[in-house]
This record gives sequence, structure tokens and C-alpha cells, in this order.
Amino acid sequence: MIAPSPAGRDRPANVRALSAKDEWEETMIPGSFSYHRPASVADAVKLLSDLGEDARPLAGGHSLVPMMKLRLATPAHLVDLHGIAGLKGIRRDGNNLVIGAMTTQHDLLASDEVGKSVPILNEAALLIADPQVRYRGTIGGNVANGDPGNDMPALMMTLGATYRLEGPGGAREVAAAEFYQGAYFTALEPGEILTSISVPVPPAGHGYAYEKLKRKVGDYATAAAAVVLTMAGDKVATCTIGLTNVHETPLLAADAANAVIGTSLDATSLKNAAAAAEAIMSPAADARGPVEYRKHVGGIMVTRALQRAAANTK
Amino acid sequence: MAKTHVTMKVNGAEVEGLVEPRTLLVHFIRENLQMTGTHIGCETTHCGACTVDIDGMSVKSCTMFAVQANGSDITTIEGMANADGTLSALQEGFRMMHGLQCGFCTPGMIMRAHRLLKENPSPSEQEIRMGISGNICRCTGYQNIVKAIQYAAAKINGVEFREAAE
Repeated sequence: MIAPSPAGRDRPANVRALSAKDEWEETMIPGSFSYHRPASVADAVKLLSDLGEDARPLAGGHSLVPMMKLRLATPAHLVDLHGIAGLKGIRRDGNNLVIGAMTTQHDLLASDEVGKSVPILNEAALLIADPQVRYRGTIGGNVANGDPGNDMPALMMTLGATYRLEGPGGAREVAAAEFYQGAYFTALEPGEILTSISVPVPPAGHGYAYEKLKRKVGDYATAAAAVVLTMAGDKVATCTIGLTNVHETPLLAADAANAVIGTSLDATSLKNAAAAAEAIMSPAADARGPVEYRKHVGGIMVTRALQRAAANTK
Repeated sequence: MAKTHVTMKVNGAEVEGLVEPRTLLVHFIRENLQMTGTHIGCETTHCGACTVDIDGMSVKSCTMFAVQANGSDITTIEGMANADGTLSALQEGFRMMHGLQCGFCTPGMIMRAHRLLKENPSPSEQEIRMGISGNICRCTGYQNIVKAIQYAAAKINGVEFREAAE
């Protein structure tokens, strides 16, 4: 999400200059930490509770490890979740798809069940990072980190997914729509980890699309929109719209969705939906563009996603 | 910081070492194992020069700790030649199609292409381009890298390689 200047560059004048070796160490080598590899969720929760704020869970590591190299994260303890077999895998449970937190984006792409029942996850996973990152990056890390640039959170809100959180006080379910409180702030309590995601399978024949504008492979979205809808004849019967990276949290664009329900996605309805979506966007101005531009293309992503979703209903 | 003992299989040989938990896998491979074919380009997970094959996955070894690779089976560029020392199909492809200029990205490109062809033995040009989208080359413009992988795919599949018309 952010590309901070490496430590040692914008350093205050009263701090001594770093030697080349110091700078390399401070920008490429993580600080020291103790490594823990629990074999069960209970052990992981106990470690995270006992070690407190100095400990971080480690999933795929493709957000945390770069932050550690930059010393923007300096955990004293890493609790690696790779040793917990029960956290990986995709299974159908009634009308829900239950995805273990340590399931990688590559696993999602390889899953026939995902491709068949919730194909928008497949489509979005392919737009995340690059092949190597997808072998390591996990769905749990993507949704639990609270990074507004991550793609899966808005999708999970659009799909009405719930997260299972397990902590020292037991397990609880939190709706994706209730989970995100601010950039990197979520409903996770100290000692809790997200263990699985439950995604209600949309009706057969539904239309879907995830439209993501990005500058290059591996970039976060300049703006992105997820749409899941059903049609009754040539009219939109149900519609949900989610937005990525246009606010400090992922957003559900309810007014935009209401603007197209009952319509045949004529030009006026599409324009109204884009305007309603833009009205709730508050992106930061960054290297991806100024605020007005990011909102403008956000509206275009909504329009394109609506049109493509309607076209691929069966 | 206390060091941890790790063992893993690298290019078919059992290796071991003592590492700090913060030691990145790429540093373990290059410095402890003295296998410097795996390159460090950006160290920020962008360029793919450090790509190695771990338990059937292409991984950027600058974004994984050596302790996490404990017990795993790793292949690096040093393990890519045929058993008799001749070039593998991919290596031959890069040579024949001029798939490299400065050569810095080549180990990562070959390791990534290796896994790509294992998963998809007959990729389209588009699939090759998306398949190597996590590897950056600043010399070739990718054209000859794509041809090199197509050459290798044809050779592995036992069919004649025909270069697409320019």
C-alpha cells in the first residue's frame, strides 16, 4: 500500500548520518526477533496473548516482512501460522464456502470449488500481486491486515462473508462489513487471530465482476469495484457493490447499488450509480493520482463492473 | 539473538546451518551455502531475481526467513542443469533465443519459468507473460525471454519450435 522512503533517507538533521552498511542493514534486514511455530490455533492464541503487543502473527509474510525490512514493524516475536495444518483448505459447508485463513491466493486459483461457486474470488485473486507472491500470500492475511489497498476485504463485504476470530476468550464470528474500523485498525482484539472466512455462495447464474485499475502488475488499486448481481429478465433484481482503496477502509456502496436495482442499467442509472459511489469515496492523493482523479476512475470502475456483471449472468 | 539449527534439501543435497530467525532465505543460500546463482535485485519483493523453487512453489527468497524453510525441498539455478551437466531445455532456450543480455534476472526467470512449465506445459504467449509478471528484466524487453520459454516448452513436449513471425 504505502511505499515509504527507506529509513535513513528523510532522516532529521539532528540524527547522525548512516554509513552505507548501516543504511543497508536498516533498510534490508529485519530487526531481531524470536521465532515461534505453534502447531495448533490454541497454542498460537496462547503465545500471542502471553507475549502481548511485542508479538505478531506471521501468515504469508508478504506485507509484514517488507515492513520489517524497513523497520516500520519491529516485532520482538513472530508467531508463524504455517505449522497449523487446520488453517489451510477450502470446503463447502451447506450454502457457504469456508476458506481457511492460511489458504494462499494460489490455492484459491487452483480450486475448482471456488471457480464454480464464487468465481469473483478467482477473478480477484489473479489481480493480486504476481505469481510468486500468490504462492505465499494468504487470504487470511489479506483480509485481516486492514490494509485499505488489499483487494479481498471489499470482496468479502460484497459477498456478505463472515470472519471467524479465535482468541483467549474463545471464538466469535464477525461480519466482514463490521470488521474494518480504519487503516490497519480492525475488530481483532489482542491475542485474537482470524482462522477462517465463511462466504455465502451467491445464487447460481449470478453476475459478477471485479474491475481494478492499477498502474502495473503488483500494484495496489488506483481504484477498484466489486459487483455481484442477479437479473430478472432485463432488470437488475439484486445488486451489491464494494469499493477498494478509495477510503481508509473498504466500502459497501449501498446507494450506488440501489440506483441500479430495478433498472436495465441504462445510461442514466449507470451515471447515478457512479455518482453515488463517488460520493462516499475519500481516497488519499498519492503516486496513483490526485483525489479527484481517483474518485473519477472509481466511478468508472463501478460502471464497468456493473456492465460486465450484467453481461455474464446466466 | 540465539541461532536456530535448520536443515533442508537444496538441489537434492541435505544441507544444514545455524541462522538467526531474521536471516532471509536468500542470504542463507548465498552466504551460508555459498550458492550465489540466486540473485538479490531489489530486496523488496518486486523484481523476482531471488526466485527459487520451494516444495513446488516459486518463491521470492528475499521475503521468507530461512527458519521457515526448515525441512523443505529447494531447487535453485545451480540445480537446473541436466544430471550429465548439459543444459536443461530452459537453459538451452535462453541461450538459443538470446533470452538474456546482462543476465542478472536470468536465474529468477529460469526458476519461475521452470515452475510455470511444470504447471502448464503448453502455455500461450499471454500465459507466459502473466506467468513471469513477477520477474523484472531491464534489458530484453521480455520478447526473447518469452521465446526462450516457448523454445523450452516445445523441446520438453517433443515438438518442433517455430518462432512466431515478427
